[in-house]
Amino acid sequence: MDHLQIYLIVGAALFCLGLFGVITRRNAIAVLMGIELILNSANLNFIAFSRFGGMNLSGHVFALFVIVMAAAEAAIALAIIINIYNLFHTVNVDEASQLKQ
Amino acid sequence: MIIASLIILILPLLAFVIQIFFGQRLPRKGDFVSIFAVLITLGVALGMLVSILMLNDSQFMREAAFTWLNLGAFKIELGFLIDNITVVMLVVVALISTMSHIYSIKYMDKDPLYHRYFAYLGLFTFSMNGIVLANNLVSLYIFWELVGLSSYLLIGFWFQKDTAADAGKKAFLANRVGDLGFFIGIMLFFTAVGSFNYSDVFAGVASGSIHGTLLTLAGLGLFCGAIGKSAQVPLHIWLPDAMEGPTPVSALIHAATMVAAGVYMLVRLFPILTPDVLTVIAYIGGFTALFAATIAITQNDIKRVLAYSTLSQLGYMVMAIGTGAYTAGFFHLVTHAMFKASLFYGAGSVIHAMHHALHKLKDHTIDPQDMRNMGGFKTRMPFTYWTMVICTLAISGIPFFSGFLSKDAILAGTLAFANHSPQHLLIPFFGFAAALITPFYMLRLIFMTFHRGSKFPKVYRQIKESPREMTIPMVILSGLTLFLFYTLPQINPFFDTGWWFTNLIVARDTVVTGFEIITAHEIMVSMHHNHLAAMLLSVALAGLGILFSWLMYLRKKLSPQVWAKRSGFLYRLSFNKYYIDEIYERFIYKPLLKLTERVGYIDWDIYDQRFIDGFGRVTDKLARVSGELDWEGLDKMIVNGIGRQFQRAGQSLRQIQTGRLQNYLLFALLGIIIILILQVI
Repeated sequence: MDHLQIYLIVGAALFCLGLFGVITRRNAIAVLMGIELILNSANLNFIAFSRFGGMNLSGHVFALFVIVMAAAEAAIALAIIINIYNLFHTVNVDEASQLKQ
Repeated sequence: MIIASLIILILPLLAFVIQIFFGQRLPRKGDFVSIFAVLITLGVALGMLVSILMLNDSQFMREAAFTWLNLGAFKIELGFLIDNITVVMLVVVALISTMSHIYSIKYMDKDPLYHRYFAYLGLFTFSMNGIVLANNLVSLYIFWELVGLSSYLLIGFWFQKDTAADAGKKAFLANRVGDLGFFIGIMLFFTAVGSFNYSDVFAGVASGSIHGTLLTLAGLGLFCGAIGKSAQVPLHIWLPDAMEGPTPVSALIHAATMVAAGVYMLVRLFPILTPDVLTVIAYIGGFTALFAATIAITQNDIKRVLAYSTLSQLGYMVMAIGTGAYTAGFFHLVTHAMFKASLFYGAGSVIHAMHHALHKLKDHTIDPQDMRNMGGFKTRMPFTYWTMVICTLAISGIPFFSGFLSKDAILAGTLAFANHSPQHLLIPFFGFAAALITPFYMLRLIFMTFHRGSKFPKVYRQIKESPREMTIPMVILSGLTLFLFYTLPQINPFFDTGWWFTNLIVARDTVVTGFEIITAHEIMVSMHHNHLAAMLLSVALAGLGILFSWLMYLRKKLSPQVWAKRSGFLYRLSFNKYYIDEIYERFIYKPLLKLTERVGYIDWDIYDQRFIDGFGRVTDKLARVSGELDWEGLDKMIVNGIGRQFQRAGQSLRQIQTGRLQNYLLFALLGIIIILILQVI
């Protein structure tokens, strides 16, 4: 269980799931959740590299930063979603396509 | 002197300007402005005459000039030249002009363009003074043309009448023909001498910078100007027609002053005329004198008789210049101005009276100028009658009148000329023949107008003497035909020296070199020798002419009709003015018109319509094709095509921009995958 590849595979899987969620979900909240998954896959990679790559604590610190940033991002993103909801009365990202015209 | 001449020049111009702009709004339509101006002019001119009489210097001369045009090395100066000839001429112009102004008050009364008439008179007086005062050929030419212009305006003054408008045009065009030669002459002198000033030109001729044939040609050119302006054969045709103008104009312009401008110019420039030119001048002048006199015999229009008489007298003056007795020519100019102006006033007075009589009778069929409709006016118009008789005697060359003095001088000049060059015997013949005919036709005029019974008693009863404004100028001018005015201090008219005129105006020697020259002194001596013969012969001929006229038109011993029939062809020739107008019509105007038509045809139908328009058509067609190509090909296909392609590309590309976030992400992902794959490979 202490092979780097396993962590990386899990991380990649997590990333792909997150990306899949971001691309396919229509609900903005779900998109946000996909983003969280992507961020966490990145965290997992940081930690794995930190553990097996001999990089001491830098990986952990970075992971902490990402978590903090993710929290901030979630706050801003939710705020944006509320505004979108106020504007379009929906949180469906397909319908918020004003850029098209 | 210079200031005085400046006043003389400017005042009539000022009057012209005031009249033309404000005349209509001034009281009496402003005639007093013009009259006042010319009266001052006359006063100043008389003052100048008195001062040269006091000086009594035959060489008197003043000159003033200013630079008009400065073109580096060469400049043109305009200015005044005042000598005795100038002053005498100024007095003549001012006097006749004043008289015509005064005469016109009543003659032109109630004319709708009364103010404009006076304006034109002012313009004329200004221009004529300009000619007289000029010290160079340029200003001479400028004023020469101005005089022509004012003459044109005044001949055609009653432009509502076609005949008057045509006469004005004819005068102008005939003058143009002469002026062309005049201009060539001036330019020949200028190119040779490099200056327009008389004194420079004289000096240039004297030093031989222009000589021989060229000088003769240049002189002939100058004479061309005189032929036009002084109405010599073959350009005499305009003067009789010019009688369409108002009579005071005929008196001022077409008898006394303007037509004398040619003579005056020749007098001024006499020293540079070569003997060959002078011979031509003498022949043309002499021929005109006789030719016009023979026409005057048969004319019935009172003004036309006077017009032909003027032609004849101008011929005399020109002939005198040709014979070298140019001071005699100038003298005749002065005396002729007085009596001919007065004769015209007389004729105008008669016409005026006829006009009023016919107007009262409401008769418009009778020609008021035809002498056959007159007769017996002697008792009705005593002033007109007596002044006209006096002037007729003067023009006939009867002793004690001015015409006698000047005519004899001219005739003596012709005899002197024939003495020097016997091959030119024709010149004195011309002179004496005209001297015989002149009294004949002048007395015919008097007898037909004032004597015998009238053909129309009704008209006769309505004839009244003209008002004072008209008779006073006549009386003054006929008074000036008395010999004393010219001969003082000499009181014997039969003796030809010692007059103030001959004292002041002395012939100058010619400056021409390289020809066989007769000096002025020789001419004078020879004239003096021939004076008695000329005098006796001319008086005898004048007596003969008077006798014939008396027998024919007063006593009726000889019937004019029978004589007319007897002379047949000659009579018709004279009556129709030698068919000169018809000949010109047939041989000059018509061919010229045909030529211009032909040229016009070539120009318009061939050159313009075929060639120029052809170019146009080809260009038009080319432009159409090019336009088609431009529009259809370039614009629609290429320019719009490019636009359309971009539009289409944009249209299809915009499909990608769905506005959906996930699509973009998907594309980004695809891109990354492609890049990764590329990297792996």
